[in-house]
Amino acid sequence: MVTWLTIIGMGVITYGIRLAPIVLLERFALSSALRQALKFVPVAVLSAIILPELIMPGGGVDVSLANGRLLAGLLAIFVAWRTKNVLWTIVVGMVALWLL
Amino acid sequence: MMQEPAISAEEPGRQAEWWAGVKSQLPIALGVIPFGLIYGVVALAAGLTPAQAQAMSAIVFAGSAQFIGAELMGKGAPLPVLWLTTLVVNVRHLLYSAQLGPDLQHLSRGWRFLLAYLLTDEAYATTAVHYADQQTPLTHKHWFFLGAGMMLWLTWQTSTAVGVFLGAEIPASWGLDFALALTFIGIVVPLLTTRPMLAAAVVAGVTAVLAHTLPYNLGLVFAGLAGIGVGVWMEKQ
Repeated sequence: MVTWLTIIGMGVITYGIRLAPIVLLERFALSSALRQALKFVPVAVLSAIILPELIMPGGGVDVSLANGRLLAGLLAIFVAWRTKNVLWTIVVGMVALWLL
Repeated sequence: MMQEPAISAEEPGRQAEWWAGVKSQLPIALGVIPFGLIYGVVALAAGLTPAQAQAMSAIVFAGSAQFIGAELMGKGAPLPVLWLTTLVVNVRHLLYSAQLGPDLQHLSRGWRFLLAYLLTDEAYATTAVHYADQQTPLTHKHWFFLGAGMMLWLTWQTSTAVGVFLGAEIPASWGLDFALALTFIGIVVPLLTTRPMLAAAVVAGVTAVLAHTLPYNLGLVFAGLAGIGVGVWMEKQ
């Protein structure tokens, strides 16, 4: 019962976060400064997820050739830069991880 | 009967927009499938029933919050901690929603309530890029959002279901969780076309590493804010 209550509460919170700005914007217009800041949100948040995944896969910082995720990630960054293609980035990154 | 007005190449119709949205998620779906599979496996290992694991994917519909939620529930964390964690981990969606919001104001309440439910990292990534494209008019862009959201929803529910039934059959040594980081790399790197964007990415990444010891994923929030701050500051130079 507690588990179900937890899950439903998590759902309500998540939905509220996603919905509130869309509905409340009717009354609260965004300033241009805030709009400028929001432009950086995807790059900043996703980079904050990516870098720890690459340089601290085991929980501690590991910048060495023994870190397969770092090497595969660097190769994936290169592929993403050259091809601008998410699929190729994933394929090359996963194959590199398995081979390294 | 009146004839439908001809749709020029510059103004795609509803169906074309919907399909473009679906297609925009195809490469991303490849990165999401392993994540959904692993979530199904992890959720069962943490002690959730198959019904609870699947319901969480449908009700919460937010990958990282679900992973952390399953882990915390397995550790017997109290309910307020789980709810607070969900709030912190998902607060970034507030910014996604605020960014897309102005372009959704002409839509009915029903549309906005539906699109808010479908607003994930993945759907946001391709939809935000599509809305930023000034070449296409706003008229039917919400159909693109709907297509992207539905495609991601279907992928997430299906891969969760398969993960739940495969259980622990997938060895962790495959490292399939890495596919999600690779997906984000594929999304972010092409966006790094200006110095402020590049600086925002580097500062956010380094801050996240330095602040990783903070509880409840707060390091992620601080890192995001630091990256945004540096990006804005550099653009003003």
